[in-house]
Amino acid sequence: MAASTASFAESGADLELVGITKRFPGFTAIESLDLSIPAGSFFALLGPSGCGKTTTLRLVAGLEEPTAGQILIGGKDVTDTKPFQRPVNTVFQSYALFPHMTILENVAFGLRRRKLPDPVGKAHEALKLVELDHLASRRPAQLSGGQQQRVALARAIVNRPALLLLDEPLGALDLKLRRQMQLELKTIQTEVGLTFLHVTHDQEEAMTMADTVAVMNKGKIEQMGAPEQLYELPRTAFVANFLGQSNLFTGPVVSSTADAITVDVAGVPIVVPRTRAQRHAGEVAIGVRPEKLTLFTEAPAPAAGRNILGPGRVTDVSFSGVSTQYLIEVPGIGELVVFAQNMVFGPVATVGTEAWVSWNADHGFGLDDDPVDIPRSVLSPVGPGDSTESIAIQRRIALEEELEQA
Amino acid sequence: MAFTAFSSQAAVEQAPRKRSFIALVLLLPGIAYLLLFFLAPLISLVITSFQAPDLYGDIGDYVTAFRWENYTDAIGEYWPLILRAFGFAVVATVLALVISYPIAYFIGVKARRWPLLQSLMLTLVIAPFFISFLLRTLAWKQIMSDEGPIVQFLKSVAILPSDGHLTGTTFSVIFGLTYNFIPFMTLPLYATLERLDVRYLEAGADLYASPWTTFRKVTIPLSMPGIVSGTLLTFIPAAGDYINASRDFLGSTSTAMVGNAIEANFLVLQNYPAAAALSIVLMAVILVIVGLYVRRAGTEDLI
Ligand SMILES: Nc1ncnc2c1ncn2[C@@H]1O[C@H](COP(=O)(O)OP(=O)(O)O)[C@@H](O)[C@H]1O
Ligand SMILES: [Mg+2]
Repeated sequence: MAASTASFAESGADLELVGITKRFPGFTAIESLDLSIPAGSFFALLGPSGCGKTTTLRLVAGLEEPTAGQILIGGKDVTDTKPFQRPVNTVFQSYALFPHMTILENVAFGLRRRKLPDPVGKAHEALKLVELDHLASRRPAQLSGGQQQRVALARAIVNRPALLLLDEPLGALDLKLRRQMQLELKTIQTEVGLTFLHVTHDQEEAMTMADTVAVMNKGKIEQMGAPEQLYELPRTAFVANFLGQSNLFTGPVVSSTADAITVDVAGVPIVVPRTRAQRHAGEVAIGVRPEKLTLFTEAPAPAAGRNILGPGRVTDVSFSGVSTQYLIEVPGIGELVVFAQNMVFGPVATVGTEAWVSWNADHGFGLDDDPVDIPRSVLSPVGPGDSTESIAIQRRIALEEELEQA
Repeated sequence: MAFTAFSSQAAVEQAPRKRSFIALVLLLPGIAYLLLFFLAPLISLVITSFQAPDLYGDIGDYVTAFRWENYTDAIGEYWPLILRAFGFAVVATVLALVISYPIAYFIGVKARRWPLLQSLMLTLVIAPFFISFLLRTLAWKQIMSDEGPIVQFLKSVAILPSDGHLTGTTFSVIFGLTYNFIPFMTLPLYATLERLDVRYLEAGADLYASPWTTFRKVTIPLSMPGIVSGTLLTFIPAAGDYINASRDFLGSTSTAMVGNAIEANFLVLQNYPAAAALSIVLMAVILVIVGLYVRRAGTEDLI
């Protein structure tokens, strides 16, 4: 075993995937993926089920061999090394706790293999961290799913790997424990300075925990960046709708200035800042977040720097405490979603009311997709309240405050 | 009892007990069977083992008595055969385990992607059962005979001296035992390994264990139920076997096992008490060995 793995990692290592492709017989799971994760960062890989997240982690851990490409950990090419030689630990989606060992022995397993001093003491410490030390002498089968998940976490973290891979590690936990573990993970990561590669299909979790989020779709990374940045400026229709909801429109660019482009959406000119648009000519797709829209029951006066759509009809109102979601059918454009903060008592408009929406032109964004590639279903974003998603950003801020206090 | 080893290791919680008339009825045939075909012969065997020769009768006539010397006499005369039986059985069991494990692992784990290959190989494992045990053993006697190709070859390359034999040796008897009982080892091993979750092996690799360490620390303990049942199913019949070691098959007088002594006393010498006493001794020793083995395998993790 390499000497470098015979001790705790001093700090995280950076991970680099270069042109990784993974083909299974008759199926390409990952297509020329490039990814660079700086040392010490908390990186979330976010995507729907089946998009290749687990496969990516397995490639990094060495449990799967890439069809093409290279994997570098801390600058060293590990593509051809065996899993047990890599300074990496995984929290498996299925936990994979050894059923024939006690919880304590499970956690001490990695330490014993590397012949580190005091494996039992360190294992107890790790178990205390996940609040399961009192169950140290039990077998995995005697624990609940959530407890097993925490043991899996302890078993990986105790090794202080330069790179920790987490495959949906909080999936089986209830909300309260999940929040607690999110905080715990974040604390461990910042304290020790390890590099975390966290895989999840839960966009709220990704946004609240990660420094950088990569949105993955069908084996490719659609967009990568800080959570706020991804949310405020999605580059593709997939990101715009996977991370929260969006109202998307298509149309030709009819005029453009140094600062903005104007898109003709079913006869209505919509202005989008040039810097927030990926394409500046031809047929384009543009969008705006539902909470950026303001609802009017009378035609608003045109104002510079504001886009107005309407009149349309309110087709659905759903009240969700903090906000109310309105669906507005605008002839020729489709259905719009509006999230309105409940500043007044009761809904502003009821079903059937004539309504207009307007938004600050600076809040719009232009997508990179060719409009013909965007599925129709995405263009008229119907569907009952996913309004929780748009407040993920607020949750993240709250979480950060909580962390500072902790 | 010893056979709890066959059930799953985790202590399953007892379901609430309910006195069930139907359960009792369903159990009756089994209980009757055990009483009639196990307990009754056993008692008869114990009684026979203490019988004394009928002073006024023919050879082979015995009267009920409490002649415990039958045991000391039998052990005194046949202890080398008893020891040999267990020695041979242990060696054959270990060999069968060493040969079977890779086969079972291949069929149960590696060949999962090809179910057809799996079924084919399993069929091959049990294929010998389609031919009579006696015929197969006789065939081996033929193959290993002095005129056979194997002996000829071994003599030509001077591994075997020019007056050497294969049949009638310790080698041929252990070979026969191993060969004949290997499916009893392979099948339970396969049954366990087939259910082995390879994600545990991946977890081992992820936690810095080399393939060999993962095998020792994860695969072996997880396949322990198969190892225990396989070794028992091989060891018990091998220890009592009298075909392989018989002079008519692969053995000679110098390789006789306790089974041969029992056979000779029953069928040739008509010394039924001695045969019965030897049977009881054989059974007792097997019970003690198996009991100790299962206890160790069941309670500790054999790491
Ligand atoms: N061993 C395999 N053989 C064939 N296809 C596989 C294999 N492993 C994964 N896949 C396929 O690759 C895709 C990505 O799987 P996975 O990485 O597990 O997705 P995720 O973790 O994002 O839900 C899925 O469509 C899955 O069916
Ligand atoms: Mg997955």
